[in-house]
Amino acid sequence: MRRLALIALPYIWLLALFLVPFLIVLKISLSDLALARPPYVPQWNFGDGWDALKAFFGSLDLENFVFLSEDDLYWRAYISSLKIALISTLITLLVGFPMAYGIARSPEEWRPTLLMLIILPFWTSFLIRVYAWMGILSKEGLLNQFLLWLGLIGEPLTILNTNTAVYIAIVYTYLPFMILPIYAALDRLDDSLLEAAEDLGCSRIQAFWLITVPLARNGVIAGCFLVFIPAIGEVIIPSLMGGSGTLMIGKVLWEEFFSNRDWPVASAVAIILLLILIIPIILFQRNEQNQREAER
Amino acid sequence: MKTSLLSFTATLALVAATAQAEEVRVYNWSDYIDEALLEKFESETGLKLIYDVFDSNEVLETKMLAGGSGYDVVVPSGTFLQRQITAGAFQKLDPAKLPNSGNLWDVIADRTEAYDPDNAYSINYMWGTTGLGVNEPKVKELLGEDAPVTSWNLIFDPANAEKLAECGIHILDAPAEIIPAALNYLGLNPDSHDPKDIARAEEVLLPIRPFIQKFHSSEYINALANGDICVAVGWSGDVLQARDRAAEAENGVEVSYYAPDEGALMWFDQMAIPVDAPNPDGAHVFLNFIMDAQNMADASNYVYYANGNLASQPLLEEDVIGDPAIYPDAAAMASTYTTTPYPARVQRTVTRLWTKIKSGV
Repeated sequence: MRRLALIALPYIWLLALFLVPFLIVLKISLSDLALARPPYVPQWNFGDGWDALKAFFGSLDLENFVFLSEDDLYWRAYISSLKIALISTLITLLVGFPMAYGIARSPEEWRPTLLMLIILPFWTSFLIRVYAWMGILSKEGLLNQFLLWLGLIGEPLTILNTNTAVYIAIVYTYLPFMILPIYAALDRLDDSLLEAAEDLGCSRIQAFWLITVPLARNGVIAGCFLVFIPAIGEVIIPSLMGGSGTLMIGKVLWEEFFSNRDWPVASAVAIILLLILIIPIILFQRNEQNQREAER
Repeated sequence: MKTSLLSFTATLALVAATAQAEEVRVYNWSDYIDEALLEKFESETGLKLIYDVFDSNEVLETKMLAGGSGYDVVVPSGTFLQRQITAGAFQKLDPAKLPNSGNLWDVIADRTEAYDPDNAYSINYMWGTTGLGVNEPKVKELLGEDAPVTSWNLIFDPANAEKLAECGIHILDAPAEIIPAALNYLGLNPDSHDPKDIARAEEVLLPIRPFIQKFHSSEYINALANGDICVAVGWSGDVLQARDRAAEAENGVEVSYYAPDEGALMWFDQMAIPVDAPNPDGAHVFLNFIMDAQNMADASNYVYYANGNLASQPLLEEDVIGDPAIYPDAAAMASTYTTTPYPARVQRTVTRLWTKIKSGV
């Protein structure tokens, strides 16, 4: 009995927090726009009985998905979001890995302090940090004033309201999510492996690539997912720091939902975004599992 | 002993019940009231006021259509109000609870009937026009002394927009106001719901797109006041607030507001009570408080918007009632136009066009 409960628990969790919301959104995505509260039809209540339920399912259709495929705005927004998320993940990895490595290699007594410094920004509200970046990057901002003072530039740079600002903010915001899992992987690394490699004639650089990197792999993968997945649907950063030309699917979804009050199309956009994210992740995990089984 | 204990519990329950009912939650536009009025309301009525703000009709509408917003008083603009009434989002006002409604101005009430027949669901809070906020010295420096500051030519002519891009142009992120302005500029009916007409707004707005720094509905107040931008398409009172902030800061920035010569959109912000308001009685108390002549005058004197309250007019300061940018004369009133809500399918065309104008896709 207890075992059953233990097995059931994660499934109940998944059902309540993932499957049920997903089905609700899926249902709305198959509905039609209406001027009502909430603004879509058909509606169905538990008390309505079987016939109402049949009529309800009869009036659902894929019209909204067809609409999405007809307008290239949506595909461009998906592609552009994928690109922005991929590039930011890569930059975050390039910045985060050395930092995680540095912390893991630092003297034991420093590590808690260094980790604390990584986590510290979370104590301030995310919005306030984004607004701080707006202050730093704006035309009259700290960065431009500093560069002008150094004499490196003659005219203030336009960074705010461009894609560059979006990259900076995403990398800044998600950096801790990259550092922490990589640090966790590197922290577990057994030093004697590196010593053995050196004893067997590896240079330090070779040992880094042959021992450290492969053993940090799981941390890197976890970090990349933790950055990539929220970055692709990011809406606050592109709307506050991006320019009018910054096309991201989160912004498009926002417009469908708020400006068009078109909940069905907004839900269809969300469903496709979910599929875009979930299918590669499932394929990736299956591949991982196959590899692990092959190694056995 | 027993009875006293019982009555004590009953009193407790009563206190708890009233304590719960004593909150009034108001959801209004940002920078849209004299905060002193909020304290006055609490001390006069003993009700606890929770005051939240928004900066776009769209955000409010989503909350209204989703239901369960928890607000007792909200402030949608005319066209949005009309659509939300149709969707069943509001409850009818109870005139018996609004003794101050005699203070209202029939000129405005007549116009708002277009959105809310018989004004059954709403009272007018403020009204104004959508026009041009101009940093005149800077604009004249770039375009010459005869810059067309009182005409849409100032930004809708790409040659002017290109020159002004250097010092910055902001446009309201409000398609339902900017697209009618573009149609009006082309000589078409600004309230056209014909997708063919609406598509023609592109002719005006796409060529100037590269010269627009930002489409946003509240940032322009500070940007104008600080001299970061030199032209904003904005709401009358907001631009006048920017003018005063600049004057207070003594930073040498001079801001003026012009309702364009071609005609300006006249809009109305209406206070209404959501159908599922937790405290409709408290909401009526708030509306009645707002309709008090002195309170409404204080609000207008503070935010520089005209109100729909005739009795408040003698109490307005001269720089409010005497300013044609706030209270236009009869001729200027006649050249204003109003709009009605787009049907759902047309709304999609409008938003799609707006996305194209903002992002180029």
